Amino acid sequence: MSASLPSRKRGQKRERQGRSLREVLRILGGTWIRGNRLENPAEPRSEGKKKLLANERSFVMMIEFDPWSTVKNRDIDDEGQQKFDDIIAADEKVEPRDWMPEGYRATVIRQMAQHAHSEVIGMQPEANWILRAPTLLRKSILIAKVQDEAGHGLYLYSATETLGVSRHELEDLLHRGRQKYSSIFNYPTLSWADMGTIGWLVDGAAIVNQIVLQGTSYGPYSRAMVKICKEESFHARQGFSILMALTSGSDAQKAMAQDSMDRWWWPALMMFGPHDSESTHTEESMAWKIKRMSNDDLRQKFIDQTVPQAHYLGLKIPDPELRFDSETEQWRTGEIDWDEFWAVVKGDGPLNRERISHKVRAWEDGAWVRAGASAYADKQVEMLDKSA
Amino acid sequence: MTTKEDTTIATGQFGVYLIRHADDNLVLGQRLAEYVTRAPDLEEELAVANIALDHIGLATHLFTYAATLVDGDTSADDLAMLRSEREYSNVLLVEQPHDGFGDVMVRQFLFDAYQLLLWQALSTSGDSTLSGIAQRAEREATYHLRHSSNWLIRLGDGTSESHSRMQQSINRMWRFTGELFESDELDVAVAASGVGADPVELEGAWRACVADVIDEATLSIPEDPYQASGGRSGIHTEHLGPMLAEMQSLARSYPGLSW
Ligand SMILES: [Fe+2]
Ligand SMILES: [Fe+2]
Repeated sequence: MSASLPSRKRGQKRERQGRSLREVLRILGGTWIRGNRLENPAEPRSEGKKKLLANERSFVMMIEFDPWSTVKNRDIDDEGQQKFDDIIAADEKVEPRDWMPEGYRATVIRQMAQHAHSEVIGMQPEANWILRAPTLLRKSILIAKVQDEAGHGLYLYSATETLGVSRHELEDLLHRGRQKYSSIFNYPTLSWADMGTIGWLVDGAAIVNQIVLQGTSYGPYSRAMVKICKEESFHARQGFSILMALTSGSDAQKAMAQDSMDRWWWPALMMFGPHDSESTHTEESMAWKIKRMSNDDLRQKFIDQTVPQAHYLGLKIPDPELRFDSETEQWRTGEIDWDEFWAVVKGDGPLNRERISHKVRAWEDGAWVRAGASAYADKQVEMLDKSA
Repeated sequence: MTTKEDTTIATGQFGVYLIRHADDNLVLGQRLAEYVTRAPDLEEELAVANIALDHIGLATHLFTYAATLVDGDTSADDLAMLRSEREYSNVLLVEQPHDGFGDVMVRQFLFDAYQLLLWQALSTSGDSTLSGIAQRAEREATYHLRHSSNWLIRLGDGTSESHSRMQQSINRMWRFTGELFESDELDVAVAASGVGADPVELEGAWRACVADVIDEATLSIPEDPYQASGGRSGIHTEHLGPMLAEMQSLARSYPGLSW
């Protein structure tokens, strides 16, 4: 049996349960919202409806054994809140079964899902050069890297599932444009040098972010980051090694590397998000210790580590205002083009539409495969039942 | 190192033999790589990339060894990037394009069963370098075959749609299987000298294995007796040329550079 077989079965079962649960709730007259709470619990109800609701609750308990069922209808819970506050204050980890404020849960889900989507969508720009990689070794390394990103997506979706949402639900939100992924992947890869630049700058920026996220307060997210960071350093190194080969190669290769640098430098800086003053979620996320360092501080950290590397490679940074501030010992850059940043975030980047439509097409093309595998699994269960 | 003294065939000829199998693996690896980011789910995304890596890795080992045996100062990358479709000697099966997951898995399954038998046979090759490569390849092929057989069975015996799609893929790929077991002078020579395997001898076991899985998958082997052939002598279908053009485009645009 392949390693993927049991987990696929589990995933499908979860998906089926989720769907049928929602259907049942709709039939029962309840309104499904996140957290299994009813939209308006204060509404006066007839006796019959009350009974149905009681049934609904026990039904929820019965079929859905997941963290949701342990926290439902307990959005305001003083004891839980105290425990949660203590965990945060003590710099300990919040675990799936702990009580947590709905806002915390929603923020962690949003951030982890966005992170998972970024890993998966991020495969596309690099897959664009696997077929044309210039040597067998570079081809193998690039496939291994893209494969790692699929693995990161998988870890992160699993970590998000600990909060009671299924991977397929999250993918569906991505496909419908309701959840985002990192904007950097909306830029096209136009030369082999982009494979170097992505590894060096994009994975490099991700590493800065992810190292800090190892200290995030949600346990499964923190542990996923520890695991992922180990692989990311290989990604950055392979990128740097591509650029070393190019910048010590022919004039054409050097020009290819510089052109790539010119196109990726600013989008890489944008990866850290808007200025702290513009960032809607920062303050709350910092208080909950989901986020451990602000956008601007992370960006500065990245700039300070990257500028000397660019100099080492002999690449020019496309910023006439770049200067070293000897007082703070930091590199100061010019201002990011925030109009471009917001345009890409809002969907009008070079390849936003293509990235999503590619993903949706793969998902739809795979529908018959998932249905076939699921039907086969059902038949096996039936046969087991019969023989038992 | 290598016990070339045992072989009665010329070193260069042995290199040509290795290149055949390297070509098979590189071309199939490249086809699988085309499917990366297009798999039905993330688990399969990982599996497809993994299998592609195995094939390309195996091709790299074989090319590297072959490069030391054929004349001139050819490198493994030269063999991969600078030969034309008339010089490529892979079997036609691996160059066939795919239209969806069914084709990907059926092509894989038919080839995995063959490769497992081939590497089993070559793991006792009189050439110690080749037998070393073969032992590793045999382990990989075992995993690949398990994976592809599983998919054949699950989708063959899944829904009526998955069943008919899998049957169509088998019908499409079947005519490229006969060629796997054709043997020519070179095959006979390497087999006789104890370093290679005669493909004719693999056919019986392959038929038994394939029939078994196809039967369990509730699918059937097509009646159509027509079998295509020519890959080993560089007579390909029209699908190989465009694939090589893409694969070699960068390497050929900047000849002689290092990357
Ligand atoms: Fe990653
Ligand atoms: Fe990465």
